[in-house]
Amino acid sequence: MVNYKERRLDRTFAALVDGTRRAILARLEREDSATVSELAQPFAIKLPAVMKHLDVLHDAGLITRTKAGRIVTVRLRPEPMREAMDWLQRYQRFWSGSLDRLAAYAERKDTEARKKA
Amino acid sequence: MTSLTLVRQIRARPSIVFEALTAPDGIAQWWGPDGGPVLLAETDVRIGGRYRVRFRRLDGTEHESAGEYLELVESKRLVMSWQWISGGVPEEVGEVSRIEIDLKPIDGGTEMTFTHARLKTEDSRASHEQGWSGALDKLERHFSTERIAYDRLGKSQTGSTNLHAKRGQ
Repeated sequence: MVNYKERRLDRTFAALVDGTRRAILARLEREDSATVSELAQPFAIKLPAVMKHLDVLHDAGLITRTKAGRIVTVRLRPEPMREAMDWLQRYQRFWSGSLDRLAAYAERKDTEARKKA
Repeated sequence: MTSLTLVRQIRARPSIVFEALTAPDGIAQWWGPDGGPVLLAETDVRIGGRYRVRFRRLDGTEHESAGEYLELVESKRLVMSWQWISGGVPEEVGEVSRIEIDLKPIDGGTEMTFTHARLKTEDSRASHEQGWSGALDKLERHFSTERIAYDRLGKSQTGSTNLHAKRGQ
């Protein structure tokens, strides 16, 4: 069975590997929405390159694009990141509690072993 | 690939930590998120051998995780697969992830580095061989609904967490 959720997470993190894409996301988080040319403006790269980055972000579900006439407006869609963070937090809780007790247990055992020696 | 790393400094020898990680009576003392009881722990400590741990959470629900030992270096390193057999996280049933534990002797004990990594799918492997820890830093800064920060333990502490998670907003 194809695990769509897993693939989505992979795409999320693949999208986040690139600094330009992270800068675009950061800006969208600050500004709510921006047009493609506004997004391209701070970068020393050409518009088609920016469009490619936007495609990657769109495929990962991290942005939405709406077109009105010739103007494309881009907005942030944070859900895929939340999913990734959920995974981290779930296991952070699980293992943090477990490892605290593991440490306490091993320390007790070590003390016992020293007393016997 | 999503992965979580925790580091603990423990005032116990690596051999004792390793034993606590792999022996059923050791596992029974610590496995699980909230201090609820371990109901069953079985380990077959050899490469290719399996482990199985069933535990009850304080909310009364029962969960079982299992996996296979993939790498074993006595008192040094342990790699195992991880899967929910029952309970756990419903949307992850059937998913296999990987746990890597490294033990390093330090003055007065052991430094344990624990990593739980979600496995990436084959078809996406080529697209992001680079790590994404930098991406996570950014994610933390820009999407502050969930925050995770890593820092190293101070010398005076032992056995406590080095990862803090806060819920914001």
